Amino acid sequence: MFTGTITAGIGALPLVYLIVRLVEADGSNVTDALLRERTLTLVLTSLALSVLVAIGCLLLGIPIAWALVRVKLPARGLWSVLAALPLAIPSYVTAFTWLSTWPGLNGFWPLVAVMVFACTPYVTLPVAAAFRLADRRGVDVARTLGRGPASAFRAAMLPQIAPAALAGALLAALYTLSDFGSPSLMRVQTLTWAVYAAYEGGLNRTLAAATAAVLVVLALLLVIAERLVRSRARRGISPAAQLVRPPQISTLGARIAAITGMLVVAVLGLGIPAFALTRRGLESRAAEIDWHRLAESTGTTLGLSLGGAALAVALGLPIAALAARYRSKATAVLESVSYLGNGMPGLIVGLSLVFFTLNVIPALYQTALALSLAYAVIFLPKAIGSARSAIAQVPPALEDVSRSLGRGPGRTWATVTARLSAPGIAAGGLLVAVTAMKELPATLMLLPIGSNTLATELWGHTTMSAYAAAAPYAIALVLVASIPAYFLSRAEHNGSRD
Amino acid sequence: MRSPRSGTALLAALIAPAMLLTACSSDSEEPDGERTVTVYSGRSESLVGPIIDQFEEASGITVKVRYANSIEMAAQLLEEGDRTPAQVFLSQEAGALGALRDADMLTSLPDDITGAVESAYNASDDSWVALTGRARVILYDSEELSADEVPTDVHDLTDPKWKGRVGIAPTNASFQSFLTAMRVLEGDEAAEEWLNAMIANDAEIFTGNSAILEAVNTGALDIGLLNHYYWVIAANEAGGPESMRAQLQFGEPGTVSALVNVTGAGILNGAEDSEEAQEFVEFLVSEQAQEYFVEETGEYSLLPDATSPANVPTLEELQGPELDYSELADLEGTVALLQKVGLI
Repeated sequence: MFTGTITAGIGALPLVYLIVRLVEADGSNVTDALLRERTLTLVLTSLALSVLVAIGCLLLGIPIAWALVRVKLPARGLWSVLAALPLAIPSYVTAFTWLSTWPGLNGFWPLVAVMVFACTPYVTLPVAAAFRLADRRGVDVARTLGRGPASAFRAAMLPQIAPAALAGALLAALYTLSDFGSPSLMRVQTLTWAVYAAYEGGLNRTLAAATAAVLVVLALLLVIAERLVRSRARRGISPAAQLVRPPQISTLGARIAAITGMLVVAVLGLGIPAFALTRRGLESRAAEIDWHRLAESTGTTLGLSLGGAALAVALGLPIAALAARYRSKATAVLESVSYLGNGMPGLIVGLSLVFFTLNVIPALYQTALALSLAYAVIFLPKAIGSARSAIAQVPPALEDVSRSLGRGPGRTWATVTARLSAPGIAAGGLLVAVTAMKELPATLMLLPIGSNTLATELWGHTTMSAYAAAAPYAIALVLVASIPAYFLSRAEHNGSRD
Repeated sequence: MRSPRSGTALLAALIAPAMLLTACSSDSEEPDGERTVTVYSGRSESLVGPIIDQFEEASGITVKVRYANSIEMAAQLLEEGDRTPAQVFLSQEAGALGALRDADMLTSLPDDITGAVESAYNASDDSWVALTGRARVILYDSEELSADEVPTDVHDLTDPKWKGRVGIAPTNASFQSFLTAMRVLEGDEAAEEWLNAMIANDAEIFTGNSAILEAVNTGALDIGLLNHYYWVIAANEAGGPESMRAQLQFGEPGTVSALVNVTGAGILNGAEDSEEAQEFVEFLVSEQAQEYFVEETGEYSLLPDATSPANVPTLEELQGPELDYSELADLEGTVALLQKVGLI
């Protein structure tokens, strides 16, 4: 519980920063800033956007995950990687490439679409893992009792994958809530947009902090809503003690349907960005590629993101273990608090880490270690969510057996729980790595001076509309991110062999 | 140890780089005697990187640069306060420098720096020096409109025939400077009236200059208000002005439509005595650096008698309005106005 509290404390840094800023500010300015009609409009837009994106990701992610696991696909590894890869593309790049492909495509609904395609892997990956570990016998029983396939699926399978699906949908919703690039490109005014606008307009820190505080409340609401739905979904379902795996579906119709669906998703989420960037790169007077620099920023990107992933896993495990096994109010609060950084705009998270490092460990300011820590803070929920689902699927009965055979709690945890849930825990780390690679605001503020990552290079070129020069970095980012994406699909694959 | 499962092996693979990071994060000590200056740049590396290289070569001073957007960088500097490692701040616009000055973070610059450029563009208290100028322009889609159809006065854009066809970026610092200038030149009421008329005319809201340029150049938007040099740079990349679908219309001389915004540099309090910081800023107002800006980034040099960038009118031809640039610091009033009319 103690380590969990520390982790939650680290995850709550952005929140602490906001509170400090708001306490310092003049109270009447804060209320003036909040009690505007505009605040309500912004809240409604942001909330509607997040909820719709979460729903969209569920509608798209669950069938993809099902197809990945249950349909016999040619080049299955490739499809798994493709399903994970949109995570590697900054959503503002997706938004930009859609806009450059279909000029005039902007507004609320196109933004929902961009975010759904950018965020679907948050649902697909954990749900595919859950499908692998799910017990099929319930479905068979339901079928023999006369239920149709859809009904049997709903009754016996859906509850088993629901926790993973909801955790993923929550990540998608929080990411949407905190995103700035895509809403601004698609010209939808959201709360995050308002936080940036407050800074841009004469660096109004009070208005920015007050608006961000509203954002925190929204994020908290989403976390609580997910928790409520999840606890209802899990009721009455016990994890499978013994897995029964049916053969994969190999009918031609199912295979064609699955491949077509996944292809459409891959084209919209990956193909368009890749195509548009390459075209822009070729169209313009060819920019010289600085190979040395490209290699250097690739190396930095890899080191920082993997470091951040390792730290996130280390910090997230205690909370994940608590949340999976001991369902108390205290663990619920700890887990929820650690999610908040994920729902805040990068600008605020970045500033809070500037504030924190300078005040607590000034020697670490703008070092690689501090930035890795920042990644861990921002992406902690990804590590927690994935690890929690994996640990929850380890049958407690196995732990009891181990304990009854004389193993202590520590050894039981290491030899039974951690070993069985390792693929899920590692998947969480890889998820952190793949998203940390594209993180921008905190990276810009905390990167060791003189270093570059692929994301900062991409940013540097695209802000000046130098798309030709940006293209190699965008392509490198996708390639580099496909490494953890590949392992993500492997980790999930290996999970099924045990 | 047990034979590692692939999952645990993966975990180990994740942890190793973190160890490496810890190990290599302490090697940043400088060799004795090396002269360095730490710069926070709100201007992107593709714009100022090459001239910083030239400075390093000429002076033997190593420049450590952090790049970000001007406003985020200013927010970071305010957060860092006197603990900032930065010695020089290069800003995309005057507002961010003004905010640092108001927080008492900038030191006064000596006359040989501020005196190099036309004094009208500098901060009146010498807290920062203007480096380059960029003209506000009316960008138009040349496949939809011919030059003589496009207004040269921003006030004409409130005409019903432009309903829903004009893009502005109210959160963009340059737009806000432009609006501040309108308030200074024509009064608060006139500025509010213009904004409301633009809103009533369904002005399209963008976040920044690049987005407006992109929209006009792809035919998604007929007219946009932005700074000229985005177009110059895009034209260079595309292979010349004639390859651009978007074209420029310059504003009526002497009016706010012909405003010239400035970029600038300031030295932070902690670097008051740093010769390197002074040398660096001095270099930026030297002829060598100013020529670079004119030729490579398409911006106006603010040195007396400097040449103008290619494909655009000279500063004299532009004839920006008579204006005290330190009055443009009243961003707060402008932001309040934008909030009042509901644009931010």
